[in-house]
Amino acid sequence: MTQVSTATVENLTGLAAPDRFWNRDRRLGAGVTVIGLVAALIFGPLAESKTARFTLSTDASGAALSINGQFGTILFGLIAVALGVVMLTGKAKRWQTLLLCLGIAAFVLSFLCWQVAGKFMPLIDTLSGSVEYALPLVLGALAGVLGERSGVVNVAIEGQFLMGAFGAALVGTLATSVWAGLISAMIGGLIIAAMLAVLAIKFLVDQVVVGTVLNLFALGVTGFLYERLMQPNALKYNQPPQMPRWEIPGLADIPVIGPVLFHTNVLVWIALILVFVIHFALKGTRWGLRTRAVGEHPTAADTVGVRVRGLRYVNVMVGGLIAGAGGAYFTLVSTGAFNKNMTAGAGFIALAALIFGRWTPFGALGAALFFGFAQKLAYFLSVAGSPVPNQFLNMLPYIATIVAVAGLVGRVRAPAADGIPYVKS
Amino acid sequence: MTTDVEAPPPAKESPKEKEEGFLTLFLKNLWSANTVTVTVLSIFLALVVGAVLIVVSDSEVLGKFAYFTSRPSDALEASWTLISGAYADLFKGALFDPASFQAWFNGSGTWQAAFNPISETLTYATPLVFTGLAVALAFRGGLFNIGGQGQAIMGCVLAGVAGFAFHLPVGLHLLVALLFGVLGGALWGFVPGFLKARTGAHEVITSIMLNYTALLFLGWLILQKGVQDPERSDAISKTIATSAELPALPAPLRVHLGIVVAVLVTAGVAWIINRSSFGFELRAVGVNPPAAKTAGMSVAKTYTLLMVVAGGLAGLGGATQVLGTADKLTAQVAGNIGFDGLLVALLGRNKPWGTLFAAILYGGLRAGGNLMQVDIGISLELVTVLQALIVIFIAAPAMVKAIFQLRAARSARLGASMSKGW
Repeated sequence: MTQVSTATVENLTGLAAPDRFWNRDRRLGAGVTVIGLVAALIFGPLAESKTARFTLSTDASGAALSINGQFGTILFGLIAVALGVVMLTGKAKRWQTLLLCLGIAAFVLSFLCWQVAGKFMPLIDTLSGSVEYALPLVLGALAGVLGERSGVVNVAIEGQFLMGAFGAALVGTLATSVWAGLISAMIGGLIIAAMLAVLAIKFLVDQVVVGTVLNLFALGVTGFLYERLMQPNALKYNQPPQMPRWEIPGLADIPVIGPVLFHTNVLVWIALILVFVIHFALKGTRWGLRTRAVGEHPTAADTVGVRVRGLRYVNVMVGGLIAGAGGAYFTLVSTGAFNKNMTAGAGFIALAALIFGRWTPFGALGAALFFGFAQKLAYFLSVAGSPVPNQFLNMLPYIATIVAVAGLVGRVRAPAADGIPYVKS
Repeated sequence: MTTDVEAPPPAKESPKEKEEGFLTLFLKNLWSANTVTVTVLSIFLALVVGAVLIVVSDSEVLGKFAYFTSRPSDALEASWTLISGAYADLFKGALFDPASFQAWFNGSGTWQAAFNPISETLTYATPLVFTGLAVALAFRGGLFNIGGQGQAIMGCVLAGVAGFAFHLPVGLHLLVALLFGVLGGALWGFVPGFLKARTGAHEVITSIMLNYTALLFLGWLILQKGVQDPERSDAISKTIATSAELPALPAPLRVHLGIVVAVLVTAGVAWIINRSSFGFELRAVGVNPPAAKTAGMSVAKTYTLLMVVAGGLAGLGGATQVLGTADKLTAQVAGNIGFDGLLVALLGRNKPWGTLFAAILYGGLRAGGNLMQVDIGISLELVTVLQALIVIFIAAPAMVKAIFQLRAARSARLGASMSKGW
């Protein structure tokens, strides 16, 4: 595998630091042990000793996995502690990542047992909700992957979402067609992406600055047109048709996975296919190699004849199309009408997913699903009347990203030339 | 401009100028890409785009364009009426309305009505000065403080809580509340600064994430017992005590002491940057961190301190918002002042006094936008578009230069600011 590797963990700072006792693995192990102890010793006593039912459907009925809430809370807490201790001993170096994931999963399960004790949680509903929340995040993060792997920072995902959502609502309503809406959403994203590309690549403006200003620009334009057109005449301009839910016969009958993945709207499939396509294209095609080269060392790429700026233009624009489609989710799938600033920071969660997923398509997918689950859980808890404030769960993506970039959970490293405009000398 | 050698940095005083005569030089400079010309043209371009948006979004006027070829005067006249009405309101709401001045002189109006537009402008400008300085100061040290929004929110939170939870004598209470605001912002600035210094985590990423964390925290806090107004069921906090309010002019006017504080703080920041040893260090670190390190400065310490000070400034902006105008905490109490501060700093070219003037300009746009919305129903969001567009044009001086065919200025260093990745 001739990967230029923006994704791997090793880096220069690692070389500089001497091998200390509290290395990364041990710190992570200590972290998992601590959250396990929190789960067993704090959540456990708080949990009610009632049955927690996780039903395999969208409501209270049907088959269910049941467990005594308090018992489950303590059990999974102790499992997390055990996993943390294994990590601390440093015996199973090869399995550290797996152990970490299992430890976090055990902590989440413990938390769920505590919260669901005496109630029920519909698993299918939770999963499909998570996928739905994750959908725009995946698309936005993929847009980021395309731009940033070729060296253009995309902070304007939020703006692309907004323009996409607005375009989908406006054209979708006027044409009474979901697909016209989707296409104009993509064009909406493209407009912002084109502005970003021209300003960042041609006029060499700092990319984070442009991105931030474009977010405000998109917020203003969509808000202005919303108040001028849509608010006074919602029937005519702001009643887009909803994206149909399609079912793949056969596959949709698989328990749990079937209804979540194969009886859903087409945007979910587009997103998943794009994850695979971009992953393999980055790894195995001429375009992918060039993109990575341009993102890591544009001068070298230029020397061998790659058109650095051209490639960056293409990648940012394609990213804009994808992020715009992500914006369509908000009006064509989620709420059914455009509203001022309706994305409410989703673009920044997508950015977080991109960074947390270490600038790789599958990493972004995983991070987006994790963040989507956190959002769904926050929603579930607020509906179920949990004492845990949903705002804190909603903070999770942001805090997780801070922890990730601070190097507490492995080092994340951006492509070397990310954000640096290329000037031919 | 001709064949003479490159002028030394203070180009305006170069000997060549005296020979050319002031007027010729002025005219030549007028159409060159210097700071002032680019700024003025950027504002002009933004207003043009804004005018297009106004017309495009008005179905009545747009209808007249349908028969543009047969009777163009109809469409043009209607567009002109609409646009000139909107921009006249923008002006009247921001500076002064001749009619209200006339009424005041005639005795049929009050002086308050005459000065209300300026009062509104300064009221909106006040928090922007602080959040703008928070960005500008960090910029000079080579950091992009995109977290002004979160820092301002935390400033709002702590100042607001100090405003209604403490019971202190007049004067002291205000001082304590303002200090709490500074503390809240400083705390929120410390985190990215510290992480940058210790682990190299990029401050843009961490502070973007902290923005939304602060917003969610505020959303949670105002629903808690002891904070939420006991007589209300919605998300709104208790009202701050009168002893913690920033003194304001008599009733209809809203401008408060905050603008005076803002001017003083601007002078203070200018002093820090240009005169203090910390300012020297931060500029050195901003220009070339390795060189600063070689010279014996602690880059890590400078980054941390810089973000703490910047955060404190933004927090003070949030505090003036709560203690001067809002009186209580709501989910939207900080509005968009953090991000607007970013625009203000960019427009002010990251200089303290430039930031002050930029903040007053944006405050004016905001105040005028209010009148525009009330008077002829053109959404206030137009102002957001204008503000963003102005900065887009300013950030890309090469573009403005190309559009207007400006000649290259001798002295202008209008290169794209700060190009570095994460």
